[in-house]
Amino acid sequence: MESSTLIPSPQDDTKEWSTTVRFAGDSGDGMQLTGGRLTFEAAVAGLGLSTFPDYPAEIRAPAGTTFGISSFQVRFGDGLIASSGDYANILVAMNPAALKENIKELITGGLLIVDKGSFNQRGLTKAGYSQNPLEDNSLLGIQILSPDISNLTLEAIKHLDLGNKDSLRCRNMWTLGLILWLFSRGTKKTSEWINNKFGKDNILSKANIAALKAGQAYAESTEISSDIIRREIPLTKSTPGTWRAITGGEAMALGLATGAKLAELKMTLCSYPITPASPIMHYLAAYRLENVSVFQAEDEIAACCAAIGASYAGGIGVTSSSGPGISLKAEAMGFAVSIEMPLVIINSQRAGPSTGMPTKAEQSDLLQAVYGRHGEAPLVVLAPKSPSDCFNIAHEAIRIATKFMTPVMILSDAYIANASEPWLIPDINSIEKFPVKFEAEKKDFLPFSRNPNTLSKKWIKPGTPGLEYRIGGLEKNSITGNISYDSDNHSEMTEIRAEKVLRVASDIEDLIINGPDKGDILLVGWGSTNGPISETQYKLFKEGVKISHIQLRCLWPMHKNVKKIISNFNNVVIIEMNDGQLYKLLRAEIKNKVYTINQISGKPFRITKLIDELKNFDLIGH
Amino acid sequence: MGINENPTKLKPSDFASDQEVRWCPGCGDYAILKAVQKCLAELNADKAKTVFVSGIGCASRLPYYMSTYGFHTIHGRAPAFATGIKITNPELDVWIITGDGDALSIGGNHLIHILRRNLDCQILLFNNEIYGLTKGQASPSSRSGTVSPSTPDGSHESPLSACELALSSGATFVARGVDTSIKQLIPTMITAKEHKGSSFIEIYQNCIVYNDGVFDSFTERINTANQQIHVENGKPLIFGENRNKGLIINDKHSAFEIINLDKDKNNINRVMVHDETNKFLAYLLTQMKEPDFPVAIGVLHRVSKPTLDEHFTKTNNLNKNKISQIINKGQTWTIDE
Repeated sequence: MESSTLIPSPQDDTKEWSTTVRFAGDSGDGMQLTGGRLTFEAAVAGLGLSTFPDYPAEIRAPAGTTFGISSFQVRFGDGLIASSGDYANILVAMNPAALKENIKELITGGLLIVDKGSFNQRGLTKAGYSQNPLEDNSLLGIQILSPDISNLTLEAIKHLDLGNKDSLRCRNMWTLGLILWLFSRGTKKTSEWINNKFGKDNILSKANIAALKAGQAYAESTEISSDIIRREIPLTKSTPGTWRAITGGEAMALGLATGAKLAELKMTLCSYPITPASPIMHYLAAYRLENVSVFQAEDEIAACCAAIGASYAGGIGVTSSSGPGISLKAEAMGFAVSIEMPLVIINSQRAGPSTGMPTKAEQSDLLQAVYGRHGEAPLVVLAPKSPSDCFNIAHEAIRIATKFMTPVMILSDAYIANASEPWLIPDINSIEKFPVKFEAEKKDFLPFSRNPNTLSKKWIKPGTPGLEYRIGGLEKNSITGNISYDSDNHSEMTEIRAEKVLRVASDIEDLIINGPDKGDILLVGWGSTNGPISETQYKLFKEGVKISHIQLRCLWPMHKNVKKIISNFNNVVIIEMNDGQLYKLLRAEIKNKVYTINQISGKPFRITKLIDELKNFDLIGH
Repeated sequence: MGINENPTKLKPSDFASDQEVRWCPGCGDYAILKAVQKCLAELNADKAKTVFVSGIGCASRLPYYMSTYGFHTIHGRAPAFATGIKITNPELDVWIITGDGDALSIGGNHLIHILRRNLDCQILLFNNEIYGLTKGQASPSSRSGTVSPSTPDGSHESPLSACELALSSGATFVARGVDTSIKQLIPTMITAKEHKGSSFIEIYQNCIVYNDGVFDSFTERINTANQQIHVENGKPLIFGENRNKGLIINDKHSAFEIINLDKDKNNINRVMVHDETNKFLAYLLTQMKEPDFPVAIGVLHRVSKPTLDEHFTKTNNLNKNKISQIINKGQTWTIDE
């Protein structure tokens, strides 16, 4: 990645390579869509890839301003592609504001593609440039390609009489045509996709395809500088089967529905709109799945309570939110702990406190997840390590919740929710089922008798004759479930609730270690930081460093083998997008020398930053 | 739904749990509990399909004293729990038990939303105009000037009218009852149970410890005839010891006026006839306060609208997609062996 070549040259083909392309423009410029198309082209070629959409909280900020810029970064290549790339090799900036906001993301020597037509006085002023950066030598060392995309697009589709405004909307397709040429990809697949989207005879299809082809034709003509090296995307061999690109939000929605199916339960998702969690609700509503109901509640508290009501009634209740909303649900979660009811809570973490930065990622709700309720109120905390892992974590959460009669919280974040990666579509029928058995035995019925192994209480479904029972948030007698203020009973119940959650550790997969199980350095991460951390380990290990990596997926209880793994390394480096919360949680387990790398910028880690920090600690050579 | 198919008729005592009732002696809650049990016996309700959901407060202990399913939840949130229950298992007959602090203060938001959604359930709001369980603070329905531990100089706030709030939230069934006349309360509960949608009943309930006698002006035996009007759909709005007073609408002020029926025989024809589908009339009924007007008791408003659970049942029947279909939708690509 430190290499300054735009695209690794063809003779590097035998080596692992990757390229990162970043598209930036106004929220209405269609950058997410353009990036999505390039992603698809790479995916079809069988490459590894990872994407990172970065967008502002404002829906449609005034055009041309820096705060309205949204971007989409895609990295693809051969070898381990787990992160969306430190720096872009190619930056597409549709206007001066997009350039201003994103130029720091472009690698030295990288290629900048701008629409010269937008670099007029008006555009420059809006972006806060006093001089035209294309002319004042401030971009020295960067290859610049600056066709007048606006005009060329208008020219290409003027025969369609679309009008200026609508015509200019096709600028993104013109640009895509050029980008596809850089990677030796034709326009056929995207043309088909456009026809599918708008309809074959639709004027918008015609305009977009005309712009796409014009962009490619422009590139093919001699006007592109000959020192820009094109690259053919080679076909790579990945696991046979049917693949798709998937975002964390989609994977979570599908995973939840799959979990409910495996449990043979009806699922009720109860949520309140909040960024960046809402897509989970939207996906589940749009899927129109059998046995899934979606309820938009009046507030976060009601959403959590309704989800608990759903589980009480014999379904699986799920509620999804983000930081501020999770705080509001805390009392209800404690209630679910007290009545020992299955419940799945998804926290798509965002930068806090308070409203913070709603579209930016952070991992700062870990301690809240583990400890953030009144009373002794333990629950299970899981964290997916990648967009597609959300699928596995989601159905695993339902399995644990129903087996142990406990709330389970999933800590996702704004990054994982929106980022995408290729996913080998699983065969749902091959996943082991875990059908729920409701209590049926009427004789000597005791609502709080427990399974001796899991300590889980019975799940009693209202509607079952002979099992009418009363339950609530008051402390319950450990056997009859009747209200009890007895002090010994309360101690016993507190211990049972804690022990039950700890026993989940024996029911989850052991932590897998990346690299040798003994060595000099162990990198420890959790959740969405898996991409940059695993690539860091991979890179350094290849260079001969005795380094390994673990990515925690179960934060409470801790994986059973964490302590043992850690004890086999001289140095432990805990890497998190917060101020050291996993470190606080793990401190008691670690006797080794511990270092922490923390980043609270709302952005994912760069691999180069991780390597620099390891150098600063003198853990690796400079 | 929720009706016992077992031919053996259940008695009110069959709906009592084995738990000792722990309300203060003389509390109005005892009478309401009895009314609920009698109502269920009368309806021959199916215990297994009946769920009592409550929030927090004295009233909210009621589910523990019922032999049905009971769910004592958290403060103010019973309507939210009930909504999750009904969406997931529409077969269940859900009764929400709440109080004035629970429903009108901490749970005010949930109350207005359950009503506008018209979830099929019964909501019994025990209104004693005081916080009982937390020892006597003024509640949102306490009268202005109420002296309490938190308002030693008398409360500043205007009381909230539960029925008025219910009406403006779009409730399809709004009724009122009194703990001292369960003979009248039981039929109201039965009508509420038969209504499809959120049936809201405000029950004036005396707190013997912290707000004793607050309703005496219309619940004392000597006051009931003149200070209560029992409304019935299709019947003229008449009250008084000799049923000699009638309500008419003053055209100029769009407000009720009392006329004496003894003075002129024809006056009876001027008396307003109760129409429970008329929301404006229901609104006027909620506004009547003693001593100038009698307090309206009975079913003030009832209209028919689709319920939230019906909506979910309908969409669930339409939504037939399987995950295995959805998971393969969109742009996929295949890598061959």
